[in-house]
Order: sequence, then structure tokens, then C-alpha cells
Amino acid sequence: MIDTPTIDWAGLSPYLVLVVGIAAIMLAAVFVRGPARNAAGAVLALATLAGAAAAAIVLYTKDETPRGLIADALVRDRLADLTHVILCVTGILVVLTFFRERDSVERRGDSYALVLSAIGGMAFFIAANNLITLFLGLEWFSISLYILCAITVDRSAALESGLKYLIVGSFGSGILLFGSALVFGATGEVSFSAIAEASPSADTALLVTGLAMLIVGLGFKASAAPFHQWTPDVYEGAPSPISALMAAATKVAALVLMLRFLTTAFPEDAELWTITLSVLVCVSLAWGNLGALAQRNVKRILAYSSISHAGFLLMPIAAGNELGGTALLFYLIPYAALSVGAFAIVTLRERELRQPVTLEGMAGLGWERPFHGAAMAVFMLGFIGLPPTGIFIGKFYAFSALYERGWVWLMIIGAVFTAVSIAYYLGIVRAVYSRPSRLALAPAGGSPPRDLALDVAIVAALVVGVGTFFAVDPLVNVIEDAVSSLPYPF
Amino acid sequence: MLTTWLIFMPMVGALLIWFLPLRSLVQAGGLALLVILAELALWVGAAANFDYGAAGLQYETTSVWFEQLGVSYKVGLYDFSLWLAGLTIGVSVAAIAYGLWVGRERPRAYFGLMLFLAGATIGVFSAQDLLVFYAFFEAMLIPLYVLIGIWGGPNARAATIKFVVYTMVGSLLMLVAIVAFGLQKGTFDLTQIGTSDSLAIFLGFAIAFAIKAPVWPFHGWLPDAYREAPAEVSAMLSGVVSKTAAYGFLFIAISHFPGPTEDMRDVILTLASIGLVYGALLAFRQPDFRGVVSYSSLSQMCLIVIGLFAVNDSGLNGGLLQMVNHGLISAALFLLAGCVERRTATGDMALLGGMAKGRPILATVLIVVGVIALAVPGSSAFAGEFLVLNGVFDRGWGWAVVGAVAIVLAAMYMLRAISAALHEEQGPAVHDRQRDLRPAELGAILPLVAVLLFLSFWPAGITDHSFDNQPADAVSTQFESP
Repeated sequence: MIDTPTIDWAGLSPYLVLVVGIAAIMLAAVFVRGPARNAAGAVLALATLAGAAAAAIVLYTKDETPRGLIADALVRDRLADLTHVILCVTGILVVLTFFRERDSVERRGDSYALVLSAIGGMAFFIAANNLITLFLGLEWFSISLYILCAITVDRSAALESGLKYLIVGSFGSGILLFGSALVFGATGEVSFSAIAEASPSADTALLVTGLAMLIVGLGFKASAAPFHQWTPDVYEGAPSPISALMAAATKVAALVLMLRFLTTAFPEDAELWTITLSVLVCVSLAWGNLGALAQRNVKRILAYSSISHAGFLLMPIAAGNELGGTALLFYLIPYAALSVGAFAIVTLRERELRQPVTLEGMAGLGWERPFHGAAMAVFMLGFIGLPPTGIFIGKFYAFSALYERGWVWLMIIGAVFTAVSIAYYLGIVRAVYSRPSRLALAPAGGSPPRDLALDVAIVAALVVGVGTFFAVDPLVNVIEDAVSSLPYPF
Repeated sequence: MLTTWLIFMPMVGALLIWFLPLRSLVQAGGLALLVILAELALWVGAAANFDYGAAGLQYETTSVWFEQLGVSYKVGLYDFSLWLAGLTIGVSVAAIAYGLWVGRERPRAYFGLMLFLAGATIGVFSAQDLLVFYAFFEAMLIPLYVLIGIWGGPNARAATIKFVVYTMVGSLLMLVAIVAFGLQKGTFDLTQIGTSDSLAIFLGFAIAFAIKAPVWPFHGWLPDAYREAPAEVSAMLSGVVSKTAAYGFLFIAISHFPGPTEDMRDVILTLASIGLVYGALLAFRQPDFRGVVSYSSLSQMCLIVIGLFAVNDSGLNGGLLQMVNHGLISAALFLLAGCVERRTATGDMALLGGMAKGRPILATVLIVVGVIALAVPGSSAFAGEFLVLNGVFDRGWGWAVVGAVAIVLAAMYMLRAISAALHEEQGPAVHDRQRDLRPAELGAILPLVAVLLFLSFWPAGITDHSFDNQPADAVSTQFESP
């Protein structure tokens, strides 16, 4: 009789819902033909994501003690539950944005299944409790994203985007895997907490090299500079809703895992990795913000903005204290909402113009479509961190965490680069409210039909982005309960 | 509760204008005017029921925003902030009425933003929590950016970018200072936070306010923004928004950082004195009417800062009175500049001249405002400047001498501008068929002038009803109880 681990099926329920949903969508795509296939896929995807989120919410409320799943390969705690909810809601917004994407309706079933698969992979990733599940989760969602980037095979830009992401992403994964091997070599352990216990007696050179490579690998996924080179090209070429998925959900996954992994596995080397991360913060802020200034393509601007936000989001992790954990989770929620919202507006404009959206392409949006224009303005002003959006509070929290750590210099760098970021965010706002240029980009084939699903996504993004400014206290209480289980070094 | 109403009534009005299907300029602008007049009535009620004998915060509302870091939504009015809120509302009424008369394009966006700006400014004057203060301080920026950028002149784009980047650099440093100050004290509540001796935190606040005011040498954004903005937006910007900076100096920097204020007094007084004279000299050499008003605004803001940083009864009273005076004067002057520009399509003084002939009302109003602006004895500005100089004299007679020189310079630039517009030969841009001030324009500007005249007769209306009559004590106890 083989000794099998006990499996906590209830704890696995969010993953199970997602996996069943993927299968259901694939089957539906076989049985449903024609235009209904798209609707069937979307409805199933939304239902699945809502179900997974509901399962995570139930787990959050019913059980506050962290516990291992499948022989401690995964961990179920409130942090995982909360992150699952964030990921699933982001997924819902992405599916709504994706609904009327014109290309490749034939493969639509696959697309929804892949979106779910990516979300599922991320959900798995952030619950990883050892180096093996970490790598499995990473590959799970990365491979889904590689395909999604290139899902519109009739567009060469999409193929290019998918290929670039595949090559650079695999490189990142390779480094991460190598790093894992070194850490395993140094400590003889794969489980995060066992690594922490074994690290005082481990070979320092091997361990630190492994840690560095792991940070690099995670930095690739979080698109933190200097590991960001793929970001602008991939975001630009991928279908816009997929860019939204990468900007919002991938960042959530990579950063939450980074917080969990570094605090749990490397408390001994906390001084080292917090300082390393603070360097990444500076480089990301500088590169992202300065790079964005030179761009004309709105998706590239948003890509650089996502790099600079990687910098802001790394700040609270670098602070290494519990306030930092709260700050990270708080910041991620409005950030994810605003990212999806901004890409949704770009999606809409892209469908209208049938060409890549540049700043000139945004001209007149604010007057032709007051609601979408105003929404875009709110998203951009929100990214700057102006009230009344949640990123204002997120930045305030991140700064507070840094202050507790005593790193006022990093706060000042953050402040300076926020000022730089104003130039390009306001550049988009200005473009939205400027008059169309004389080379007016006539909408090809008239205005597109009203896209209710996309509008719902935009409204939801607005509600989350602005709501997090007002409902800070309840949200912080939820987040505090989630992040308090991690062993913070400072 | 009343304070919350004062802050959010204009903002709700703005939302109504944006979301109601208003079809025309008259509907959108009319609704905006109604809202701001209702706001004025509310303020009059607040001022009438205010207990001037009692120290401390009134019309207070507190509710927890997020407990973990000790941040709450706390607003209320002190006697002196009541006057500044009143100034905001008065100038907003004039600006919105003027905007309605001019008939700005895309009225729903325009009037909504004006109301939003008014609400955010009142928020700054009534916030009693550092983060709430900061949120309103930043919230003023958004409508200003759009108002200048879209309805501004040909170079508005560059002007807005400059304006926004300048002010944001300052205010982000202030955010760092706020975080540091609040976490150090464990609360962001200004009535409980007490004082600090940290020079770095003080500078974080002081630089932000010095940029917003502006104080020399942080005024780089000022000439462009004031010139390119629509006249009534310039009136708001120079009349009201700049006062939030002076208020910030008084309410946060000076009262909560007595030590650093003492240490940095000579530096700040020096910078402000330079700005006072520099602004006046540049105003004297400006080729256009708005240039004169813009640089005179720089000069006057520096004078207010000098008064505040004297930190004695006379200086503080003078600084406050001068805030109100200058708010009314510069708003009236910018609106008059707008009236002139609408008739002649230029503010270039080389092309103006002789406008007094056949336009008695314009001439009278402009001269009255101009004469008050140059602080002729008996005017409210004279009272304010006298108090400022009297206050700063105690800190060293040299500062008072510089101030007195600047007042002479003020007479020079103001009279030059008035005579270049009204008198001398008829300029090429001036024609006989250009009409005198219309009743609507008069309706917007005259109330401001009336208040100025009223304050000229009774400056004690403000000085005797502020700071519980003991300015220095009030500041040293953070306005709670002397």
C-alpha cells in the first residue's frame, strides 16, 4: 500500500472550480457552433471565475488558520484566498473586455479556456509552498499567456509578441529554475519554511546566488526593470485584453508570491534582499517613467507605466514589514482595476480605428464618447496617484511602510518619479480631450456597436478604482487579516 | 455637518451638471450659478451663527477613514478659515457668473470643473486631518489642469504642464513630510498632532507651499499659467488657490513647527523680500495688463508670507487681512483684464489706451480697484499692508523698509497699467464702438469691489473676528485654546 498524502478538497476548491470550468468551456466549444460559441464560452468563463472567487471568499471567512494542502506543497491561508479573489475579479473584467474582440472568433472557446488557465496558474503560483510548486505554477500561467499573446494568429504583431514573450519568458523561467536548484543545493530543502530553517548552516555563496537568481526570475514576471525589456513589445503586440491580463493579474501573482516567498524562505537574508529590491525599485521607477516619456503608442505607454508601477509595488516588499504587506495588497487592488480599465479603453479605440492606438488616435475620444473619455482620464489621473482613486491610498501606505523601515530616501525617489510620470499620464488625458487632428482617423466601417460587456468592465474598474479611496477601513481590515500570517523580518 | 455641506455641495453640483442632460450654456451655467449662490447663502448662515468669542474648531465633522494609521475625515472651520472659505465662495460666484456671461464652449464640462475647484478649495481651508488636507490640495490641481489646458490661450499646453509639474513636485515632497509627521505622532489629526522640531519635515511642507503661493524663486510656473488661463480661471488661481498656500504656511508650517519656523525665519523673510521687490519690478516692466497683475500677485503673496512669518499679532492679522484683500483685488483685476481683452482682443498695453473715453463705468471700476490695490491710505489693502509692516518691524526694521519700498513700486506699476489702458492716446486696438462694461460683467465684478470698499471702512470686521483676537497665542497653541 502506497502512503498517499491526505488531500484537503475543500481547500483546493478554487483550483478545482477553475479546472472544471476549463474543461466545460472546451466541451462547450465542441458542441456549440456559430456565434453562440462565443457567448457560451464567455458565460461559462464568467461563471467559473465567479465560482472560484466565491469559493475563495468562503474559505477566507470560514477558516483563519493557514494550513498545507497536498502534503504541504501548497498553502491555504487568507493571503492566498484574498489574492484568489483579486485574480478572479481581474479575470472577470478581462473576459468582459475580451467578449467582442473581433478576431478569431472560431478559436474563441480556446481563448476563454486559456484565460481561465492563466488565472488558475496564477492562483496556484501564489499559494506555492515549495520550490517545485512555485516553478510549476509559473510555467502553468506563463505557457497559457504565451499562447494567448499569439491567439490572433492572423496578426503578425501578435505572433511576434507571443514569440518574444516565449523566448524572454523562458529565459526568465530558466534563471528561476537554476536559482531554485542552487538553493536546493545549498540547503537540501525545497519547502520554503525548511529553507529558512536550513539556511543558517548552508553554503552562503550558493544560497545567495540562488536567491539572486530567484529574484531575477520573479522580476521578469513582475516586469521590474532591468528585467522588463519584453514588456513594451509584448503588451503592444498582444490583443489588448490580454495585455490587460498581463499588466494586472501577472503583476498581482508575481508580487504576492515574491512577498510570501522572500519573507518565508529567507528571513536570515532579509537585509540583503530588501536592499536588492530597493535597487530594483529605483531602476524600475527610472526606466519605466523615463521610457514612457518617449512613447507615442498608448499601449507602449501603459507598458512603461506598468514597469514604473512594478517599482512602486516593490517598495512595500522592500520595506519588509507588516505594514508593507498591507500596502502591497492594498495597492494591487486599485492598480489591477485601473490597468484593466485603461486597456479596455484602448481595446475599444482599437476596434474603432482598426489600427494601433497612438496618442493621435486618442484625440477627440473625450468629446465623442464623454463616458469613455472621462473614464480614461480617471484611470490616468489615478495612475498618478491623485485622489479620489485608491492608488493615492496605496502610495500613502507604501510610503508609510518605507517610513517605518526608516527609508525616507526611497520615499523621496518615489515622489520625484511620480512627478515625472505626470508628464505622460497627462499626455494621454490631453490627447483624449484634444481635437482630432486634420489627418482625422475616420473610424473604419462606422462606429462599432455599443459593447455592453466592455462598458460593464469599465464601470467596474471605475467603481473599484474610486471605491478603494473611500472604503479604506473595511478593506484594510480584510487585508490585515490576510497578510498578518507571514513572518516579516522587520 | 455644515462644513461637509460647504465642501460637497459644489461637488455634487458638478456631478449634476455632468450627468444631467443639460442642453445649453444657459442651463449648465445657470445651474452652476444657482449652486454657488446657494453655497454663498449657506456660508452667510455659517458666518452669522459662528461663535466668534469661542476658541477652537466649529461646525466640526469627524468620521474614521482608516483606523490603522490614525487617519480620519475631519473637517471644521476656525474663525480665520471661515473668512478664507467666504473668499473662495465669493470669488467663485464672480468667476462662474463671468464665465456664463462670456459663454465658454462645452459648458457642462467647464462649469462642472469650476464648481469642483470651488469645493476642493473649501476642502483645503476646512480640512483638519493631514491626509484630508493633502487630498483636497491635490484635488484642486485636476480641474485647474483641465480648465487652463482646454479653455486657455494658444500656449496653454506648455503652461499647464509647467504648472502641474511644479506644484506636484512640491506636493509630493509634502506627502513624504505628511507620512513622516503623522507616523511620528501616531495620528494625522491636526488638532491632536501637536508640534514637531524636525526641520526636514517643516521644509517638506514649506517648499510645497512656497511653490503653490508662489514665493520667489519658485514662481517659474506663474506668468505662463496666469496669462494663458481664461480670465476667470486666473481669478480663481490667483485670488483663491494661491491663498491655500498662504493658509498652509499659517495653519501647518508655522503653527505646528514653531522651532523650525524660528530657525528658518530669516531665510524665508529674505526670499519673500526678494520676491516682493522682484515681482513689483517685473510688474512694472510687463508689456501686457495680465502680466502686471500676475507679477503683482507674486509680489503680494510674498508680502503675505512676510506678515505670517513675523508670527506676532500684527503680522498674522495683517497677513490674514491681506489674503482676503488680495484675493478680492486680483480676482477683480483679472476679470477686468478679461473684459478689456474681450473688447480689444489684446492685453498688450502698447495697443491699448484711451479706453476711459466713452466708457465711464469701466474706468471707474478699474480705477477704484487699482487704487485699493496700490494701498492708498484708507483702503483695506493699506490696513493689511500696514499691519504686515508693523508686525515685521518687530523682527528687524530692515524687512519693513523693503516692504515700504515695495509699496511705492506697487503704486508705480498699478498706475502705469491703469493709465496705459484707460488714458493716453487711443490705442490701435481701441475703437469707439467697443462698449462699456455690460450689466452682467458689472454684476460679476461689483460685489467684489463692494466687499473691498466695505473692508476699507471696517478692516476690523476681519481682524477682530479672527484668531480669537489673540493671533500669536492662537498660533502657538495650534488654534485650540489660548
